[in-house]
Amino acid sequence: MTTLTQTASHIGIITRRNLLRNIRLPQLLLFSTVQPVMFLLLFNYVFGGSIARSIPPIFGDYINYLLPGIIVQNVVFAATATAVGLTEDLQAGVIDRFRSLPMARSAVLAGRTFADVGRAAFVISLMTAVGYLIGFRPLNGFFSLVLAVVLALGFGYSMSWVMAWVGLKVKTPEAAQSAGFLPIFPLVFASSVFVPTSTMPSWLASFAENQPVTVLANTARALILGDAYIAGEPHLAASGATIGSLVLLSLAWIIGIVAVAAPFAVRSYRKTVE
Amino acid sequence: MTDIIVQADNIVHTFGGTVRALDDISVSFERGIIYGLLGPNGAGKTTLIRVLTTLLKPDSGSAHVAGIDVIQDAKGAREKIGLAGQNAAVDGYQTGRENLIMVGRLYNLSKRQAKERADDVLERINLTDAADRQVMTYSGGMKRRLDLAASIVGRPEVLFLDEPTTGIDPRSRLGLWEIINELVADGTTLLLTTQYLEEADRLATRIGVIDHGKLIAEGTADELKTQVGGDVIEIHTGDELASVADALRRGSIAEPIINTARKTVTIPAPKAATSLLEAVRVLDDSGIEVHDIALRRPTLDDVFLTLTGKATEETPVPEKSKGRRSR
Repeated sequence: MTTLTQTASHIGIITRRNLLRNIRLPQLLLFSTVQPVMFLLLFNYVFGGSIARSIPPIFGDYINYLLPGIIVQNVVFAATATAVGLTEDLQAGVIDRFRSLPMARSAVLAGRTFADVGRAAFVISLMTAVGYLIGFRPLNGFFSLVLAVVLALGFGYSMSWVMAWVGLKVKTPEAAQSAGFLPIFPLVFASSVFVPTSTMPSWLASFAENQPVTVLANTARALILGDAYIAGEPHLAASGATIGSLVLLSLAWIIGIVAVAAPFAVRSYRKTVE
Repeated sequence: MTDIIVQADNIVHTFGGTVRALDDISVSFERGIIYGLLGPNGAGKTTLIRVLTTLLKPDSGSAHVAGIDVIQDAKGAREKIGLAGQNAAVDGYQTGRENLIMVGRLYNLSKRQAKERADDVLERINLTDAADRQVMTYSGGMKRRLDLAASIVGRPEVLFLDEPTTGIDPRSRLGLWEIINELVADGTTLLLTTQYLEEADRLATRIGVIDHGKLIAEGTADELKTQVGGDVIEIHTGDELASVADALRRGSIAEPIINTARKTVTIPAPKAATSLLEAVRVLDDSGIEVHDIALRRPTLDDVFLTLTGKATEETPVPEKSKGRRSR
């Protein structure tokens, strides 16, 4: 039997191995960092002027509205790395090697998802710092900012499990890349990540307001900007949401997605390697 | 009583409901030998290895490795085995030493033990000098050696090597052969698959010939060669393989076997030199031009051709062994 300590140690070893790849292949980290920062700058400076007109002025510049959203966008995009990384390991025969060792079975998937969240944490910290340089100011204190980031990472973790399942289904890195982004684009863009949902046609708004990416973006924003954000967002104000209720709703989504996606991913993992 | 260490009984495995990758195959061999599994691409070699290394549950049949039922107790079996698959499953961004320490740690060795074991193994496969370089700087042969090293970090009782020398240069191949022989001298039992007859001939104590998921012959290299029955006549001819074969058939010497890849026709020579003279006469009468005709000892190639009716993959062997073969 694998003991709990052994399992934890195996997960740690695999996580470390996956993270090491980012450090040892600097171009990998560079490009996965440059892209989110570029997104931040482009949205802020290219679209920011127009979008700022449709958001209540109480939040200051558009960057204050944008940054919490783009943190969520970023963890979701980052989750595709799980799909790609797993398929690469499958093709290289690394998964076969791991499976022939007397190690905890869960370590491969757990180590992969943990490592990908670790990398996202680094990228988000950097993005927040760049945001600060171009005018972002958390209006609700440092602690709330940290909580918002942790929640976003939790959401990224849950999306990693979805992507693990996608990767194991499609089996090649190229397909994993495109298949991973397929569900992500509508979820990220038809949401409150970049713009208020009130400007969307009503059919789209009702989808956008109820899907998890918006829930997470709203929660991050409420935590970072304070109660004023909820008051300024008609559909949130109307629903009687509070920061606390938003945090709980976010947690429910995170737990729900893991609870559904993880068993699928584990089942696919077993089937794929057999 | 021999000490059977690997025993597979009546294994059947089907892919996609139709392709019988393993068709009621049974294999067993004793501790301390190299068992060579020889067969063309798609014969079922890798599938059988995957079953024996717990990576694949067969549709039916049973398999024991080192006394452990690999299907019922996969976990227990994994403590006893090492696997080096067809790809070098090592991380390019880690150093050779780091790769081995990681595998050692996954075998539940302590950090210190894993380090010692890595040093040990590195020395064994002559990679100590390159140990602290990232693996992406290694040559193909070095990567395969490191992959082999990773498979012995856990000191397995049985080591499974799936085509260990496919795609590497002849010199690295010789180096790997040497390491493999040393491992066996130290008491490891080895199952290796290969498409290369020369490799099976050089390494394996016993050879199982596998085709279409069935074991079609088994024995030592010599035993298998004897099955072909004495010497063979090999005729090298340009593009006239068919007419040479026809002529020989008409001369009713023996049933010729055509190898299109090597552009040769071979026939058994039960009466040795007399058979050769008969063949020369028949070919001369028919007026077919041949480049070369010679009497030689059978190779495993001939065994394979006789058993399966088709040639194996052409062996990318070094010049010197090609010379030896045509002598």
